[in-house]
Amino acid sequence: METKLIIILILMIAGAIHSLHARDLLSAIVSYGVVGYSLVVGFLLLKAPDLAIVQIVVETIALIIMVSVLIISTREDLAEKSTVKIKGQSYVNIRNLSFVFFALVTGVMLLYFFNIVTTGLPELGIHETRMATEYIANGVEGTGSINLVTAVVFDYRGYDTLGEATILFTAVMGILAILRLKTHKI
Amino acid sequence: MTIIVKNVTALLAGLVFLYGCYIVLHGHLTPGGGFAGGTIIAGSFILLVIANGIQYFRLKKEKEESSMFEGAGILCFLLLATGGLLLSVPVFFRNLLPGGTPGELFSAGVIPLYNIFVGIEVAAALLSIFLAFVIYKTEE
Repeated sequence: METKLIIILILMIAGAIHSLHARDLLSAIVSYGVVGYSLVVGFLLLKAPDLAIVQIVVETIALIIMVSVLIISTREDLAEKSTVKIKGQSYVNIRNLSFVFFALVTGVMLLYFFNIVTTGLPELGIHETRMATEYIANGVEGTGSINLVTAVVFDYRGYDTLGEATILFTAVMGILAILRLKTHKI
Repeated sequence: MTIIVKNVTALLAGLVFLYGCYIVLHGHLTPGGGFAGGTIIAGSFILLVIANGIQYFRLKKEKEESSMFEGAGILCFLLLATGGLLLSVPVFFRNLLPGGTPGELFSAGVIPLYNIFVGIEVAAALLSIFLAFVIYKTEE
């Protein structure tokens, strides 16, 4: 099974690299789809049908929405130039420089907090499965749900699911607000 | 699209919709659940819109309706979650209803209801994103 997984992972990496470097945005989206659908096969190889079902349908809908956005907008990749020419003289683009500055600051901050967070974790290779063994032993009697994934998602970790649903709701509100603003201006 | 695509989608969309309902309702028995089933239900509507075009359905008000369903879904989810707080033991996300025998369709207390509300919310959310892109584009 591991060799199959390695082959699929190599395919995913190739798709991701190609989608970064593709000239045409449509071909970038198609190679992004290669990544997503290979992930579905990977989930099925690892015996996780719940995740595989969610991944395959969300991937399909996301690709459709991306293509519909692409059809509205331009297909060419717009690259920002590092120098701007005004009246013959060339100036350095400050916008680009500030992006680099913010990226560096964010990277250093994330590294710092990552270091703080990872100090409390158990060592590599040693895993504690106290919660998981509890769920597996008492899940069916405690919740009455045969599918343990659903038992965890909607009963033990119901608060997380509420957060996920709220995130989706907020995302839709944001998209509708932005699109409405744009069309009213036109 | 051609007439072949239109006819095949007309036959398929109902089946896709039914399959999404099955995934939502059997979320506590088989793999799947509210998120996956809701996305499949949204996919059946998106299939019809893509095959027939936006002019065929004269879509104008549908986005408001799907937004309303989205809000109603997440509101019902929240009410069901806080319902446990109001009755007897104050615990968030308490299982209000009797469990029944595990393995049957009507079992597991409120978990199937959570699945149904999340399914409605996810289906309406994805559909309203898609309809927003399509409708606002034609209004330009």
